[in-house]
Amino acid sequence: MSDQKEYKFSDEAMATAKRIIGRYPEGKQKSALIPLLHLAQAEFDGWLSPGAMDCVSSLLQIQPIEAYEVASFYSMFNLKPVGKCVIEVCRTSSCWLLGAEDIVRHIEKKLNIHVGETSTDGMFTLKTVECLGSCGTAPMLQCGGDYYENLTFEKVDSLLDKMKSEGKRRVYTKDDMINI
Amino acid sequence: MGRKLLLANDHIEGISKLDVYRKHGGYASLEKALKTMTPDQVVEEVKASGLRGRGGAGFPTGMKWGFIAKPAGVARYLVCNADESEPGTFKDRYLMERIPHLLIEGMITSSFALGARTSFIYIRGEYFYVARILEQAIAEAYEAGLLGKNILNSGFDHDCYVQVGAGAYICGEETALIESLEGKRGNPRIKPPFPAIAGLYGCPTVVNNVETIAAVVPIIKDGGAAYAAIGVGKSTGTKLISASGHINKPGVYEIELGVPVEEFIYSDQYCGGIRNGKKLKAVVAGGSSVPILPGDLILKTAAGEPRLMTYESLADGGFASGTMLGSGGFIVMDEDTSIVKNLWNFSRFYHHESCGQCSPCREGTGWMEKILHKILDGNGTLADVDLLWDIQSKIEGKTICPLGDAAAWPVASAIRHFRSEFEEYVRNGKSIKDVKHYFRLNQLAGA
Repeated sequence: MSDQKEYKFSDEAMATAKRIIGRYPEGKQKSALIPLLHLAQAEFDGWLSPGAMDCVSSLLQIQPIEAYEVASFYSMFNLKPVGKCVIEVCRTSSCWLLGAEDIVRHIEKKLNIHVGETSTDGMFTLKTVECLGSCGTAPMLQCGGDYYENLTFEKVDSLLDKMKSEGKRRVYTKDDMINI
Repeated sequence: MGRKLLLANDHIEGISKLDVYRKHGGYASLEKALKTMTPDQVVEEVKASGLRGRGGAGFPTGMKWGFIAKPAGVARYLVCNADESEPGTFKDRYLMERIPHLLIEGMITSSFALGARTSFIYIRGEYFYVARILEQAIAEAYEAGLLGKNILNSGFDHDCYVQVGAGAYICGEETALIESLEGKRGNPRIKPPFPAIAGLYGCPTVVNNVETIAAVVPIIKDGGAAYAAIGVGKSTGTKLISASGHINKPGVYEIELGVPVEEFIYSDQYCGGIRNGKKLKAVVAGGSSVPILPGDLILKTAAGEPRLMTYESLADGGFASGTMLGSGGFIVMDEDTSIVKNLWNFSRFYHHESCGQCSPCREGTGWMEKILHKILDGNGTLADVDLLWDIQSKIEGKTICPLGDAAAWPVASAIRHFRSEFEEYVRNGKSIKDVKHYFRLNQLAGA
């Protein structure tokens, strides 16, 4: 299932991976699977291709399917390519009560994409997610591990404009992972 | 009234740092436990405190600790459940972000009581930045000799690690959490065996919520009896309440258990009343899973007694007229809220989060979401409302874990207390379909 690209952790990421693996008792290294999939997602453009997952499973000496079945279970793992900024808007409960639907519609219109799609310039992917524990500061969205709360249309506009002008990837940067 | 045990120092600048935390009495409980108490004495204090699990189930913590098996030569584990995902709940995030050392101190103290050489804080992946705060706190604790070998020269060794999840509500269920910690899909295990006998890696394990573990710190500091003196009856001590929705002052409040619900909603000390001068319509008192109650029943029990913020008072009347304290995720809805649409939002959530192991939950949650969608679209019939009732009754109690119950209770309670609103949608659905039940556009636009 591997594509042409070569998937290899950088030295820095490999050191992090080894440190994480070392936490668990002998023979229980599979416990490192979720942290390492996060690390792989940070290393390889914000998503987990089969090649990226194979890189993790070979490191942990587990079957490739063990990585695939876990990656497909958890909502934070992207199994297809994403934009540089993945905008995740909470759609549950208090966020919804306080206008999350309108925030989503506003972003859809502004970026000219629907939920689940990536903008043509490859800058943004829009997702809706379940309760992110920010109900007291609703409505909110998350991007690249950061919380943006008490949203208004104006705040969303300036946030998206800022992200676009900076143009940098905000999907689990390596810096996020190194200290974990 | 109004004593704070967990958040007494949350306003102090730099309290997330070890030196400031210690200057304000931090790690005194750990020192007391390690130097003057045996592990069993710590367990006895927690039993005496009457502390109950703060994640939602409310099971007595001391009793849970008492169940842990102690076979010779087998490792024991403490796992902190920081997977806070119950819609409407954000207290653990606040606590970990503001006072990470309170949790770390609780972890070490509790591990000493349980004889656990290693502990894990399993935190939901979305709380990535909070995990970093915890990592920094743990690094400080190692450097100060509060973690690692021979802690405070007591001979007790302990390592504590942060493990990030990756987005799955179900991993808040303790056996699903253990599966996830072992690097697997978060499918809850069949019990027995309970984790106290065979948990992480098949070893005896205790899983406790963040707030529960943090509460061990004041309990050891002042004694279980002092903790038990706060509160009402079997609801002892303080509880963190996450207040959100249509209120003037959303946020995390530490209350002494026993505060009247009316005071909690309307007093300026807490929620500060309903926004924009609106009337109270309904409250979900303990996270999205607990039964929704209409305004009159949340303020007073069916017998006309003032409802209190305690496990017992909120449950007074059973599910016919009561609810649960749950996780303390207190969601307030004003008079403009559509209960049917809100229920659809919850049902969609449970459908999305069902792990798919048990047929009643996997199929039933999706079915309920679809029927609610049909009703909201103006195509529902009265028979659909009965069908919803029928489906929820066939999920409740028929699944491996409580997610099935959690999906069923909101549906049952919404129909029980607001049936006329469902009928209204059935009769006039096509005309009310596009009417917004909330009017927040002006607020969102900054007007």
